[in-house]
Amino acid sequence: MADTPLIQLQGIARVYGEGEAEVRALDGVDLAIRKGEFVAIMGPSGSGKSTAMNIIGCLDRPTAGRYLFEGTDVSGLDRDGRALLRRHFLGFVFQGFNLLPRTTALENVELPLIYKGLPHAERVAKARLALERVGLAGREHHDPSQLSGGQQQRVAIARALAGEPMVILADEPTGNLDSQRSHEIMQLLQQLNREGITVVMVTHEEDIAAYASRLVVFVDGRLARDEPVVARV
Amino acid sequence: MLWETVRLAIIAIIRNKLRSFLTVLGVVIGVAAVIAMVTVGQGSSAQVSANVASLGTNVLIVRPGKRMMGPGTRDTAPAFTLRDVEALQDLPVTAAVAPTSSTSSTVVFGNANVTTSITGTSAAYITVSNWVLDDGRAFTPAEERQGAAVCILGETVREKLFGSAEALGQTVRIKAISCEVVGLLQPKGAGSFGQDQDDLLLMPIRTVQRRLAGNQDVSGMSIALQDGVSSARGISEITALMRERRRIEPGAEDNFSVTDMKEIASMLTSINTVLAGLLSSVAAVSLLVGGIGIMNIMLVSVTERTREIGIRLAVGATAGQVLTQFLVEAIMLSVLGGVVGIALGLGLAYVASRYMVIPFTPDPMVVVLAFGFSALVGVVFGFFPARRAARLDPIEALRHQ
Ligand SMILES: Nc1ncnc2c1ncn2[C@@H]1O[C@H](COP(=O)(O)OP(=O)(O)OP(=O)(O)O)[C@@H](O)[C@H]1O
Ligand SMILES: [Mg+2]
Repeated sequence: MADTPLIQLQGIARVYGEGEAEVRALDGVDLAIRKGEFVAIMGPSGSGKSTAMNIIGCLDRPTAGRYLFEGTDVSGLDRDGRALLRRHFLGFVFQGFNLLPRTTALENVELPLIYKGLPHAERVAKARLALERVGLAGREHHDPSQLSGGQQQRVAIARALAGEPMVILADEPTGNLDSQRSHEIMQLLQQLNREGITVVMVTHEEDIAAYASRLVVFVDGRLARDEPVVARV
Repeated sequence: MLWETVRLAIIAIIRNKLRSFLTVLGVVIGVAAVIAMVTVGQGSSAQVSANVASLGTNVLIVRPGKRMMGPGTRDTAPAFTLRDVEALQDLPVTAAVAPTSSTSSTVVFGNANVTTSITGTSAAYITVSNWVLDDGRAFTPAEERQGAAVCILGETVREKLFGSAEALGQTVRIKAISCEVVGLLQPKGAGSFGQDQDDLLLMPIRTVQRRLAGNQDVSGMSIALQDGVSSARGISEITALMRERRRIEPGAEDNFSVTDMKEIASMLTSINTVLAGLLSSVAAVSLLVGGIGIMNIMLVSVTERTREIGIRLAVGATAGQVLTQFLVEAIMLSVLGGVVGIALGLGLAYVASRYMVIPFTPDPMVVVLAFGFSALVGVVFGFFPARRAARLDPIEALRHQ
């Protein structure tokens, strides 16, 4: 089924709290993302972007609605089922990099491969390759503390890549970087997208969103706009 | 994967060397205490058993005074006489009766001198008390009768007076007596109370009575029973005869005691066992405290590493894998404590055994058990923190500062 979307959200709702304190972070979201797309999610603060990313990333479960991954309903998966899905199909890039401290770049990138059960030699080879792809060859044995913010985010991208995921999910990947570094990171993500990886990214900046091929805008937990990026970089 | 987990645990432990050390201290002390206690306990039990064997079979000790344990409890009861010895010798149940009359004195040879216990006795004493002559001979009946100035040296006395020189045939001086060394005893080593059994000098009892003590007293008798005679029967016949000879009214209390040396030895063994049990339970409490220490630190560690846990969960670690990681770390910590504790405990036991002059006999079974126990402490006390780590919500964990 060539036309089955990779990611399909159907009437997804996510409600935090109960009664008075109830917050409808997502309120009936329908969204389909195809293989090879580069989607930028924008919207005001508190509009539910991160909540949506967490659900797409199987870090969280929707309160209502269906989530189909490659046509399979995964909204009912338990903790370990979601962990396996993340392990084999998803890669994450966070705003705060989230690298393990006092652990070399190479070992950070190896992390998902450990859980994939790869033998040591194979892990090192793949991790080196991933670091090379993000332009960090030669920095394998540096600690995060010895790397600049941009370099740390590259390590994080290499880590997301190493597991050979189908999708990379990036929640404000440039939020902690200056403009120059941000554009470098975006060029890298765009490059990876051209090589075939689906990318879903949250951002607050128009010029960052311009790297994507499609723009989705959330307002109050709903999709307000969904359009192709016209002035693509 | 498991090796990976073990490696991770080792890294985590090494990263916080001081903290890891303090964490496992409780387990170290607990295990060390158990190992030291048990090893020393077994060593001293072995010593007691060896002493039982060295006492010889069927030996009874008769002393004046009421039956009481330990030294310093002699009352005013009259001493025995050599006639008592002869009378006991004539009983059909006795094989040999050796009188003893002890005093302490300085023994001098040339420039060397040593203060030791001088036991006046008969040649029978050597066999009754299970001594073996290393060299020379026992007293002759003539020497015993005449109270000749001859003596037999214990190994400690010989060593201190003569060192590597020949002792046999030399003359030592004890107060005013010039005494010829006619025999040397084979060493026996330490006794049940840790005393040096070889620190003694034997002389014919008459010599001691006349020339050192200045009286006719026999302060004790060591009696070997005939083969096939039970201690109980020996005790009752000896008691009956001695009551008669000492003219004790029926119903009145004995003014002497007959003690089966084996009884004392077995009592010592049971004291040993009780003591070891008691100390081991103290050690078990310390292990428990050690386990709680590990739990405490593991909880701190889980909190500190919440973000790390979030990252691991995000890249696809299952709850079970996170649980295993922290559990392995706790087990590694406590096993580390166990290994250090075993080494420390054996070291302590070795030093103590040397000091107490008992054999050092580490029991591999006990070592294995202590090791297993420390691992168990890790499992039990590591489980709760590990489960807490495994149950963390990935999103919240990632957001944790
Ligand atoms: N764990 C939570 N408990 C309760 N409410 C939550 C929780 N997480 C998010 N929310 C609420 O859900 C709504 C959507 O939050 P979300 O983080 O998805 O916003 P966002 O679009 O990512 O905002 P920003 O641009 O600031 O990151 C907000 O009103 C927020 O307060
Ligand atoms: Mg957000």
